[in-house]
Amino acid sequence: MKLLLEPSTQTRNDGIFRLLTIVAASFILLIMILLFIELLSNSWLSLEKFGLQFLLTNVWDPVRQEFGALSSLYGTLVSTLIAMLIAVPLSLVIALFLVEMAPPMVSKFFGMAIELLAAIPSIIYGMWGLFVLAPLMAKYVQPFLQKISGNLFLFKGPPMGIGMFTAGIILAIMVLPFISSVMREVFLMVPNVVKESAVGMGATTWEMVKVMVRYGIQGMIGATFIGLSRAIGETMAVTFVIGNSHSISTSLFAPANSITATLANEFTEASEPVYLSALVELGLLLFVVTFIIQMVSQLWLKRVQKRMGVQ
Amino acid sequence: MKERSERSRIYLDITVRLFSAFSALFGLVILIWILTVVILRGISAINWEFFTELPTPPGMGGGGLANAILGTVIITVVATFISVPFGLLAGVYLSEFGGQSKFAQNVRFLTNILMGTPSIIIGIFVYTMLVRPFGHFSGYAGSVALAILMFPLVTRTTEDILQLVPNALRESALALGMPRWKVTINVVFRAAKKGLITGIILSVARISGETAPLLFTALNSPYWPTNFTDSTANLTVTIFNYAMSPYEDWQKAAWGASFLITFAVLITTLMVRYLVREKHGK
Repeated sequence: MKLLLEPSTQTRNDGIFRLLTIVAASFILLIMILLFIELLSNSWLSLEKFGLQFLLTNVWDPVRQEFGALSSLYGTLVSTLIAMLIAVPLSLVIALFLVEMAPPMVSKFFGMAIELLAAIPSIIYGMWGLFVLAPLMAKYVQPFLQKISGNLFLFKGPPMGIGMFTAGIILAIMVLPFISSVMREVFLMVPNVVKESAVGMGATTWEMVKVMVRYGIQGMIGATFIGLSRAIGETMAVTFVIGNSHSISTSLFAPANSITATLANEFTEASEPVYLSALVELGLLLFVVTFIIQMVSQLWLKRVQKRMGVQ
Repeated sequence: MKERSERSRIYLDITVRLFSAFSALFGLVILIWILTVVILRGISAINWEFFTELPTPPGMGGGGLANAILGTVIITVVATFISVPFGLLAGVYLSEFGGQSKFAQNVRFLTNILMGTPSIIIGIFVYTMLVRPFGHFSGYAGSVALAILMFPLVTRTTEDILQLVPNALRESALALGMPRWKVTINVVFRAAKKGLITGIILSVARISGETAPLLFTALNSPYWPTNFTDSTANLTVTIFNYAMSPYEDWQKAAWGASFLITFAVLITTLMVRYLVREKHGK
């Protein structure tokens, strides 16, 4: 060991090392700040020209250079809503199965399978959605839904497979592992005393779970937020199946668009400054929305953890 | 609570149990379904040429995606070399120096947010920083985009893993008169070596399947990736372009590429997880 080094050199080296780590850590801050500045300055043209109308009108005309992103916003909103309506209850019961019902070996196996769903790249979901799921939807699921719903306005139009509905389903599958893993943790956080007292009162498993849900409801809301921001930002899978049409339809079977799909499809084609600027503004919007959702969910989950005595 | 008969309560319970078991099964079925499709459709596209030849125009037959495979490897390796030093150092700061200080808490907070930022936004960001000013797409812009995605992943895992190293180890090394930087690199890092490597490999697996950040940065190219300052071929954007094309042989090649990416990612993830479990078991 080089104890021969003079103490002052050692303290200096320590200072340098410490400084290096601080610089590296500051890069996270720097990236976030630059990200915001770049998105803002590059969308300035569009922000100035269209103002609030950008969010409220549905024109997407690169030739006349008129842009209003309502169809993309609507698509992101509706596809995310479908995804959450499917994924949240499903994640809840999956977490329930893994924590309360399955024997350890089975739980481990299923848990791993659900986790692996999160490891599959987004573009593979896109391939599967476009070439496998969409044709099945067009042939069986969509005609079936039309038949049993008596041609409800939500399910009108030719069953093409691609469109809002299929995009929502794929998104649901993709966020499932994220939501269910947080739900699982929430279930595990519920103290045994709570469960035991429920069972001791003669409650069935489901009744015990209702008590657990009431106990962990805040954590579950946090889990939903996490899934939400994933679903909103998901790009490739949605781009493959949503149909890419800048029109708003009440039917879920109609082709639609989302913020991410519009970006993925049109960004490299945008040659006019205004066009590009409008697309960057979509990106800015997405960034701000996901930032807020994540901030809220982080603060929220931290509070829940504190309240439930885990740290 | 409402009064319910004993029997209806039990039926409800059984229904819920069945439903939850089926839901878990549903997850498993989807996983197996996707993997089976990728294997069945992908494997027929894979042959020797797939790994050695350049792509051919649609309808010509033959050809491969050697350039895209090589491009993906180069882009990912460069991204790893950029992000790992930053991620490790930032992780060291959070674990060893930062503590609960205001700055450290902000960094932690933003690390989590950056981790959850949609990858397409990183693509736009790098486009405005490195593509538009220079007037052309480039492989290194793609690497930078992936590096930005990977940076928070490495930072987080580094902090988590260094936290597992017992403090007694640090204290005894410090008591022997070792300077702090040496303690970190020679003692703490050595103790956490396996965990760190695992974390880095998992992060690489996570980003190597990314498409959205490469769309606006590396783009794609039908040629060998000889010039890293120009658009560079890569597997994921190739899948996107080929799948959206109307040509059957291109779509087939897209399945081949999907097969390659999926199994590279899954096998790496599984292997690393297995190694970790092995270590913890003993």
